[in-house]
Amino acid sequence: MSAIKAKHQRLILALIALVAILAAGALAAWALRSQASYFYLPADLAANPPEAGRAIRLGGMVEAGSVAKAPDGVTVRFVVGDGKARVPVSFKGIVPDLFKEGSGVVAEGRLDSEGRFVADNLLAKHDEKYVPREMKDMTADQARAAVRNTQ
Amino acid sequence: MHGFANPARFLRLARWLTPLLMLSGGLLALGAMGWGVLLGPADSLQGDTVRILYLHVPTAWLGMGGWTALAISSLTELVWRHPLAGIAARAIAVPGAVFAAICLATGSIWGRPAWGTWWIWDGRLTSMLVLLFLYLAYIALADAAQRDGAGGSRVPAIFGLVGAINIPIIHYSVLWWNSIHQPPSISMGKSAMAPDFLIPLLVSTVGFSLLFGGIVLLRMRALLADQQAEARLRRKALAA
Repeated sequence: MSAIKAKHQRLILALIALVAILAAGALAAWALRSQASYFYLPADLAANPPEAGRAIRLGGMVEAGSVAKAPDGVTVRFVVGDGKARVPVSFKGIVPDLFKEGSGVVAEGRLDSEGRFVADNLLAKHDEKYVPREMKDMTADQARAAVRNTQ
Repeated sequence: MHGFANPARFLRLARWLTPLLMLSGGLLALGAMGWGVLLGPADSLQGDTVRILYLHVPTAWLGMGGWTALAISSLTELVWRHPLAGIAARAIAVPGAVFAAICLATGSIWGRPAWGTWWIWDGRLTSMLVLLFLYLAYIALADAAQRDGAGGSRVPAIFGLVGAINIPIIHYSVLWWNSIHQPPSISMGKSAMAPDFLIPLLVSTVGFSLLFGGIVLLRMRALLADQQAEARLRRKALAA
């Protein structure tokens, strides 16, 4: 081993350290894969149902045509789906402004013994698409096409 | 790069570049925000709330970009011992922390109407808060190391490099984990954002980036002046 220049030695050491840090971070992130998720998808609940009464969060799309007011006037019932599974949800209270059919929602609450989700709180989740209000009257497909055409 | 190992040469360049960057950046950022807020369209789903985007997104990107630059400076400091690298890293930390804080504040204000909550312990929100804490820790560490005197820039440089692990975590948090935060609207040259939003956003980002660069140069000049003043005092004390 002839002498390596000091700065090259430092470069190699720094790169080894950097790779080690990145690997450690990637491993930690991998281990957190399910734990760090803010909510369960309906498919997760179907595959691995948590016990009834445990506080969890459920996230997914509000199925079109599923939102209905219960006769008491304050309870909202709807179905949350992710294309693989569907979970019926009931929520008593005021829904957020962005709560709409076909849009994302995160419900905090618990499963009851019949597999229905009873929510104490609703959060709305919007997607990454931004469309001017002037294009609102187009259908979703038209608006998407318009955005695509102008890119 | 080592041409600037001589601080005098760097200072000559920085003297006129600082006001140029700050002025052009400030004008561009203000112009883009004014355009987006006053003239731009409202979003079909979110309405006028969307206008906070022109401040939230550039500050988020620059908060993350700031730490990336800090980590590169730290690597340069550790490997090549470039005399300006440690100073650049220290200069980046303060505007980086401010931009991360603005991103968190505007995100919180946006989250209330959009999601229905000011704050939740979601992966994206939490990792961005960690970035702010990393900046604050770096500033404290670098100040303490500076007071220790010669060779004191090594420890903050290692910290700057290790902290870089948080940057990919912030970016991928919305893709790896179910998150209330939206996935990126712009990726790899594709945009899910109509040009009415995209163009002011990009102009605003360029403006804030120039402003960030100007602040970094300003801070670097101040840190160099501090260093010179201290060296002069030391020489005087020795001569006396």
